[in-house]
Amino acid sequence: MDLNEKLLSSFIAFEDKVNVNDEVHEIRTAALKRFEQQGFPTKKLEAWKYTSIQSLLKKDFSIFPGSKCALEYPQVRQYFLHETETFKIVFVDGQYSSFLSETTHDGVDVCLFSAAIEKPKYKHIVDEYFNKVADQKDALTNLNTAFANEGAYIFIPKSKAPVKPIEIVHFATGATPQILLQPRNLIVVEENAEVQIIERHQSLGGVEAFTNSVTEIFAHKNARVDYYKFQNDTMNASIVDNTFIEQHDTSEVSVHTFSLGGALVRNNLNFYQRGSHINSIMKGVTLGSERQHIDHYTLVHHTEPDCESHQDYKGIYDDRSVGVFNGKIIVDKIAQKTNAFQQNNNLLISDTATVNTKPQLEIFADDVRCSHGCTIGQLDEDALFYLQSRGIPKKEAAALLMYAFANNVLESVKNAALSKRVKDMIAEKLGVKIGFDL
Amino acid sequence: MLKIENLHARVEEKEILKGINLEVKPGEVHAIMGPNGSGKSTLASVIAGREDFEVTEGNISLNGEDLEDLDPEERAHAGVFLSFQYPVEIPGVTVTNFIKAAINESRKAKGLEDMPANEMLSKIREKSSLLEIDRKFLSRSLNEGFSGGEKKRNEIFQMAMLEPKLAILDETDSGLDIDALRIVANGVNKLRSKDNAIVVITHYQRLLDHIVPDHVHVLYNGKIVKSGTKELAFELEEKGYDWIKAENE
Repeated sequence: MDLNEKLLSSFIAFEDKVNVNDEVHEIRTAALKRFEQQGFPTKKLEAWKYTSIQSLLKKDFSIFPGSKCALEYPQVRQYFLHETETFKIVFVDGQYSSFLSETTHDGVDVCLFSAAIEKPKYKHIVDEYFNKVADQKDALTNLNTAFANEGAYIFIPKSKAPVKPIEIVHFATGATPQILLQPRNLIVVEENAEVQIIERHQSLGGVEAFTNSVTEIFAHKNARVDYYKFQNDTMNASIVDNTFIEQHDTSEVSVHTFSLGGALVRNNLNFYQRGSHINSIMKGVTLGSERQHIDHYTLVHHTEPDCESHQDYKGIYDDRSVGVFNGKIIVDKIAQKTNAFQQNNNLLISDTATVNTKPQLEIFADDVRCSHGCTIGQLDEDALFYLQSRGIPKKEAAALLMYAFANNVLESVKNAALSKRVKDMIAEKLGVKIGFDL
Repeated sequence: MLKIENLHARVEEKEILKGINLEVKPGEVHAIMGPNGSGKSTLASVIAGREDFEVTEGNISLNGEDLEDLDPEERAHAGVFLSFQYPVEIPGVTVTNFIKAAINESRKAKGLEDMPANEMLSKIREKSSLLEIDRKFLSRSLNEGFSGGEKKRNEIFQMAMLEPKLAILDETDSGLDIDALRIVANGVNKLRSKDNAIVVITHYQRLLDHIVPDHVHVLYNGKIVKSGTKELAFELEEKGYDWIKAENE
């Protein structure tokens, strides 16, 4: 039985576990119908021209986790940013781990999607927002919606901000050798509210995990959201991350994606601007090695005047790794005075690494500023020699140049602990220790 | 200190150095002069270990240690310093962080711990004032947007920080106005000692008014064709290089 059939037949079993008599389930069944018609994406689709998930579909993934695996905090401490200075919503093999989590309902709600869809107190929020910005035309998003039941639920009411950042962490353990995970996050940030979120997916041991994640974020008037995705998973793990962001007047949302690990990584990052004076920020640092395949597919849709978007993705590819960047910017006719900036710079470290980069601009307004630039280059030999001649060994010199290359993005990480963590992760991946704090 | 014997080097198929012999003793300053394209910068790069050049014959040693099999960083650890004619711009790395990395990597190679932060700081203060370098300058990205004079001052600042045994100054005077030239030359003179040696590579005599050499060599067509005292530099300034060319055709 292939994965497609397996999923369809599993839906009946899934229905035994959830409340089938509410609006959420109507949305699920409609999404499943759309997925049935669409099927998994293939390279024939323009959006999937450079990335194939076919080899993943041949694996015998479990749709539901088997026996529950208990993790102790010391075993997984290294994957968290802080022991106490963050809220945590933690899942082990797709199931909520209350033991590793620290949720709150003190002024803000930082809890579980499964709880939010059941409790009357949150139900109206779920009904108002669930699947409202997610792309109904996207097969994998529909598949996630069909099985949507667990994930993070974050609600920040008007003028509130959580006292500390929120970490959403998913662990896959060897309890189920091959597992499909479909987390669903719903994040609503009301007027003048703020939140900082860090998301991470981590496989432990040799487990083969395929994550098809959907996150919906709603940023209301003047809200601020800073979202950080740490993608540093094992070579047995793959992820398709579908993130949809709806922004209203004067809001600012930034998403930083640090893609260092994982066999296949596809980030579908979609910004929909629904107001004026909005700022949408997308930044990424990608370090590909071995046979990694890392694909950033961004969309920003400018629908009102006087908005901005800033994209800056730095990719460094070694060995036989493959990078893809596709940045689509749509500026509607009404969206005058849009300022859209897009940049994608890549370094190829080996002769066998590949990058496909493509800006895609659809501009219907006439008074806009849209700039875009893509570069693909190599490490500067003159700079390497310069650093070496000062006593810095070649490996460290190369690492220093890579840091320097990614510096614009690294500098924009506001939280100092986060910034240090990212730099440490990069240094670890490059296998160097540089004699100063960058 | 530095001993070069019958050095031949080429880039791709083109032979540039055609049998160079040079010995530099501790405490000495040697000037290497010569017309454009004579191989001056190539000689500097070959001593520093640039991989683009292939040494086909001869050898270079520093204090008895053969440099041939050493990478550029290992040569730096052994005490070689090259002040670049065209220092490379590295956006995203500050002057301070760069010099910290350079010092600590050299210490690591010698089995030492990182230099303590306060020691580093006072050394940076001391050496930057020697080169009349403003503190704001130290937090700028390395060489990015620097004027010609700032780049060269920064090179000599790095030399002061790294305290090499052998410093090769490749066209350090090019692109300098008279004030910058004075500052750079003063800096270099203060770094002179009986234990280190300096090789000044220059096209013109004017730098040698400030950094007075013990020996002057003329490089032409990949060979040292004349050696003498500082008076040789004056003679070259007066007569130009045509005289050398004519003698060696």
